[in-house]
Amino acid sequence: MYDFEFLRATTLDEAVAALADDDAQLLAGGQTLIPTMKARLAAPSTLISLSGIPKLSGVHQKDKVLTIGAATTHATVARDAAADFPALAALASQIGDPAVRNRGTIGGSLANNDPSGCYPAAALGSDATIITTTRELSAGEFFDGLFATVLEDDEIIVAVRFPIPDAAEYAKMPQPASRFAMAGAFVARFGASVRVAITGAGEDGVFRWTEAEKALESDFSQEALKGMTVEAGGMIGDIHAAPDYRAHLVAVMTQRAVAAIS
Amino acid sequence: MPTVKLTVNGAAVSAEIEGRTLLVDFLRAHLDLIGTHVGCETGQCGACVVHVDGLAMKACTILAVESEGAHVTTIEGMAAADGTLHPIQESFRDQHGLQCGFCTPGMIMSAAALLEENPKPSETEIRHHLEGNICRCTGYQNIVKAILAASGQDPLGPVTDLEGT
Repeated sequence: MYDFEFLRATTLDEAVAALADDDAQLLAGGQTLIPTMKARLAAPSTLISLSGIPKLSGVHQKDKVLTIGAATTHATVARDAAADFPALAALASQIGDPAVRNRGTIGGSLANNDPSGCYPAAALGSDATIITTTRELSAGEFFDGLFATVLEDDEIIVAVRFPIPDAAEYAKMPQPASRFAMAGAFVARFGASVRVAITGAGEDGVFRWTEAEKALESDFSQEALKGMTVEAGGMIGDIHAAPDYRAHLVAVMTQRAVAAIS
Repeated sequence: MPTVKLTVNGAAVSAEIEGRTLLVDFLRAHLDLIGTHVGCETGQCGACVVHVDGLAMKACTILAVESEGAHVTTIEGMAAADGTLHPIQESFRDQHGLQCGFCTPGMIMSAAALLEENPKPSETEIRHHLEGNICRCTGYQNIVKAILAASGQDPLGPVTDLEGT
């Protein structure tokens, strides 16, 4: 990879100030960014490491809300969220492989908004709030299409706040080599309200399957989804799966998640 | 150039390096610890797995400067000072858990991390844990046997728990 200036920020203010440089880039766990830089698909002039900033990591539960620091690794979420929000912990435990989970972070994953990433589904499916250095954004506002979010150039994710659902489940069909989702469905029930977030399938990244939500709100059962499917038109088609197959997977993964809950 | 100070296999090391130096290149080129291998260089094959503060990580996907202050253990740190192999290394030899040997350092470091948190893993748990370690000789059967044996379990026991692998 091309060389760059390396800066380890020790405070968020220092990191924000360094982001004033247009070619600067934040480094969290680096499990996506470093391979991207090696492939010369990214060549920042300055890399600002967040690893020296204290208190960006940790999982805390209070009043049925789980707050996770942006620099918390997937392995830590898998372990520390297990008691309070098992579906989220299970999702984290299926990302990549053990070595990647020991390094990759929730903040990095959300900021990257990979259309096949797992965390975007959990954030949108449980109506999480993304807390940044300047504001709070609902997951619905935060994601903005393929690999895009509404984050400003000098804005940093600090933490994510997950309301803990009454019941939730994540079902994913992993692409066997990368373990990214070919389709993943995060289903969450809050009282009478149901949210279904789909990752890995949509051409614009993570999305809510509102028809399935309505069907499940009137009858929370696998049968309620019988015959329902998303339009193949907006689905990703690549060497792993064609759009109509992905549309089928969306329905199957959603049904599996519902079946696991009910 | 940035300076990095860390502990590798118990020894304090310090060096001036370019920011872009990967941990695996630092280990191999600067410290001459060539047991850690570079396979795919994209974070997928696991030949470069080392322990950073006790956790298995891919040294090809970590900048050396990010290991400031860390305790790193490589495959060279597994055997005792007198050359006595680590029980997992011994088991890989006994069970013929390697063919060309290229993936072996990463396999052993991943296996060591697994047995640290789960001293008696099932065959399914072992196979899941090795999802990020690729053996292109496809020698998985004996690798799994070696880890079963290293954890004090019968490597020739009946295969009963392969669901979901």
